[in-house]
Amino acid sequence: MGFEPKIQGIACNWCTYTGADLAGTTRLKYPQNLRLVRVMCSSRINPSFIFRAFQLGADGVMVGGCHPGDCHYGTGNMYARRRLAITKKILDFAGMEPERFRVEWISASEGKRFAEVVEELTNTIKELGPQTKFKIEK
Amino acid sequence: MSRIGVFVCDCGLNIAKTVRVPEVVEFARTLPDVVVAEEYKFMCSTPGQELIQNNIKKNNLNRVIVAACSPLMHEKTFRKVIEAAGLNQYLLTIVNIREHVSWVTEDEDIATEKAKAMINGAVYRARLLAPLTSRFIDVNPNVMVVGGGIAGIQASLELAETGKKVYLVERTPSIGGHMSQFDKTFPTLDCSACILTPKMDAVLQSKNIELLTYCEVDEIKGFVGNFDVKIRQKARYIDHDKCNACLACTEKCPGKAISEFDEGLVKRKAIYIPFPQAVPQKPVIDAKSCVFLIKGKGCKLCQKVCEQGAIDYEQKDTFKEIKVGAIIMATGYDLMDTAPLVQYGYGKYSGVYHALEVERLFNAAGPTSGKVVMRDGKQPASVAILHCIGSRDKNNYEYCSRVCCMYSLKFAHLMKEKTGAEVYQLYIDMRAPGKGYEEFYDRLLEEDVKFVRGKAARVTDKTNDMEEPGKLVVEVEDTLSQKFMRIPVDMVVLSPAMKPRADAKDMARLFNLSTDKYGFFMERHPKLAPLSTMTDGVFIAGACQGPKDIPDTVSQATGAAAEALTIVVKDKLELEAATAMVNQAVCCGCQNCVKVCPYGAPFYKPDRGVSEINEALCKGCGSCAAGCPTGAIMARHFINDQIMAEMEGLMEF
Repeated sequence: MGFEPKIQGIACNWCTYTGADLAGTTRLKYPQNLRLVRVMCSSRINPSFIFRAFQLGADGVMVGGCHPGDCHYGTGNMYARRRLAITKKILDFAGMEPERFRVEWISASEGKRFAEVVEELTNTIKELGPQTKFKIEK
Repeated sequence: MSRIGVFVCDCGLNIAKTVRVPEVVEFARTLPDVVVAEEYKFMCSTPGQELIQNNIKKNNLNRVIVAACSPLMHEKTFRKVIEAAGLNQYLLTIVNIREHVSWVTEDEDIATEKAKAMINGAVYRARLLAPLTSRFIDVNPNVMVVGGGIAGIQASLELAETGKKVYLVERTPSIGGHMSQFDKTFPTLDCSACILTPKMDAVLQSKNIELLTYCEVDEIKGFVGNFDVKIRQKARYIDHDKCNACLACTEKCPGKAISEFDEGLVKRKAIYIPFPQAVPQKPVIDAKSCVFLIKGKGCKLCQKVCEQGAIDYEQKDTFKEIKVGAIIMATGYDLMDTAPLVQYGYGKYSGVYHALEVERLFNAAGPTSGKVVMRDGKQPASVAILHCIGSRDKNNYEYCSRVCCMYSLKFAHLMKEKTGAEVYQLYIDMRAPGKGYEEFYDRLLEEDVKFVRGKAARVTDKTNDMEEPGKLVVEVEDTLSQKFMRIPVDMVVLSPAMKPRADAKDMARLFNLSTDKYGFFMERHPKLAPLSTMTDGVFIAGACQGPKDIPDTVSQATGAAAEALTIVVKDKLELEAATAMVNQAVCCGCQNCVKVCPYGAPFYKPDRGVSEINEALCKGCGSCAAGCPTGAIMARHFINDQIMAEMEGLMEF
């Protein structure tokens, strides 16, 4: 068996997590390399979570939230969008391949989109190989 | 010291078919602090719940992990289970091994390994959980219903009957909605007005309903139990308190505009009531077609004839603020615009009509007083009714609009009755799934209506030598005889898709609702919570959720009223305890939290130079915690340590 990456996902409760549920209820099949942590809103995501995930050995990180403008809390994902844009820049600066970090806006009705994104990301990271830049060996 | 119990559900075979549950349970038993791990066929059933509760007591558990379906499904169920066994409900962790594992892969090894990793993550997280105390808030007992069609009317009447105050907001000048445009209703052929107008009147008479017509919701603040709503009363240019509904003004008015109610078949005045049975029976002036309001001079005929002095050209939009505990959305649907489907010639050939226009032609109170007279003044001798225009069509709307088969049959019946015309039904599949519907279809089969199984391809006015000039020819493949047919007729009726309101997306944003891929409002759960939305306290009823007929709409409206009542009947409401808090020893007073919070929960205390959070306002999104530069803010139940620990557990395997 080839390289099976570990991908850390962080998804908001109202859109992307529910979208992932919908992918399940409609029995869509996608690669199982993503492990999802649920938060109430993408605005809860502190950039340090992303860095920490890479330190913990994640080969990729995906953040999912509601489409900008559709946030359950009104403006949360607007803040998330800015914070995560800066996070991306910091990762670039530190030499991390930009493809390893992905931010996606996936609504509760987009189960198919969720499955597609996970598949795409998994394939991309398989090509990149294991992430060693940030990983702290135990 | 954590004492964790892990309970893994088979969900019949839903989980156990893909995840090797006994192996996962064995694995869970090896994890630190896990005292007990058990498998059960249906953890949400009574025996499953008792299994958890008995283990809490027997093993003195202080953390519970349930690996089963999505937390959105049963987190509340299991919270109650552990609370009943004496544990704080926030010491529960749900691991979603169904929607996120067993249903999305067929590989047993991969599924089992992922389930193990997720349980490991949950164990890491569970160890750091803290008990939280629920908060209770006062509940406003009023309800707002948005949309005055049959759904909104029904919901309002039901709620008013319970003694609750209802604000019924309707944006047009009258309640009634689409149903008031219909002539007869299938399958019973009840006259629509006969069953609707008494209800409209009941709304007007009800002491508990405040009817707000010609109004729109401008702004909503607050949350379940306490919504603050700002309503815009659009300028009517008439003082309705003075108006005595004599309607002398509507007779004199020279202004002309197309009648929305009559689907543009006739003109209405600039000062008008939309239809004779309108509620309220008081007119409004449409500023876009009023001679005086356009030019700023002249006319003023309505003012001259109004003995009450009710006309007020200076009137402006006004605002009203109301407080409600729950909201019911009953905003209905739009009929798809068929003009872009050029193959059917709507707008090009005068003999092509859409369904609502035909309803108005049939209606005794309609522009032709119920006579089927076409735009050219003639009565049709032959009519083709085309089903599935835009529905069940991958280029437009994939879904079935559910009502078209039945009203098309109704049209055929009424057309026969009124004109004796030859009627063709061009259908893909005949769908008659409601009570009495199949019987209605059977009845039509005996009424000499010609059924052609095939979707119409084109409507053209180019007749061939065999056909009578001046006819419209419908081209269709009869899929039963597998023959291409040309059917020359006088009149073509299109049965277009029911689609979301043009501004459904804006409404969804305003009310914080999700929409499905078409734009219909999305229910919280398609089966178990079809009237609830992701926003607590906001419910949906009728065609704003998806195409449906009148019986289903009325049932939903009554259901939504009951749902709203479950909230407003309470004095106090339990709120999520997962709010944010500030560690004032670490707070630097930067007030970032104040800026990012959409609810105004954090506030700055200048005397101490730190922020604090008003828990009554906090909704627990956690934005302030992520925005806090010193880490002084803790988003309870989602604190940094808990999230990072969970990730650590997930990445370990």
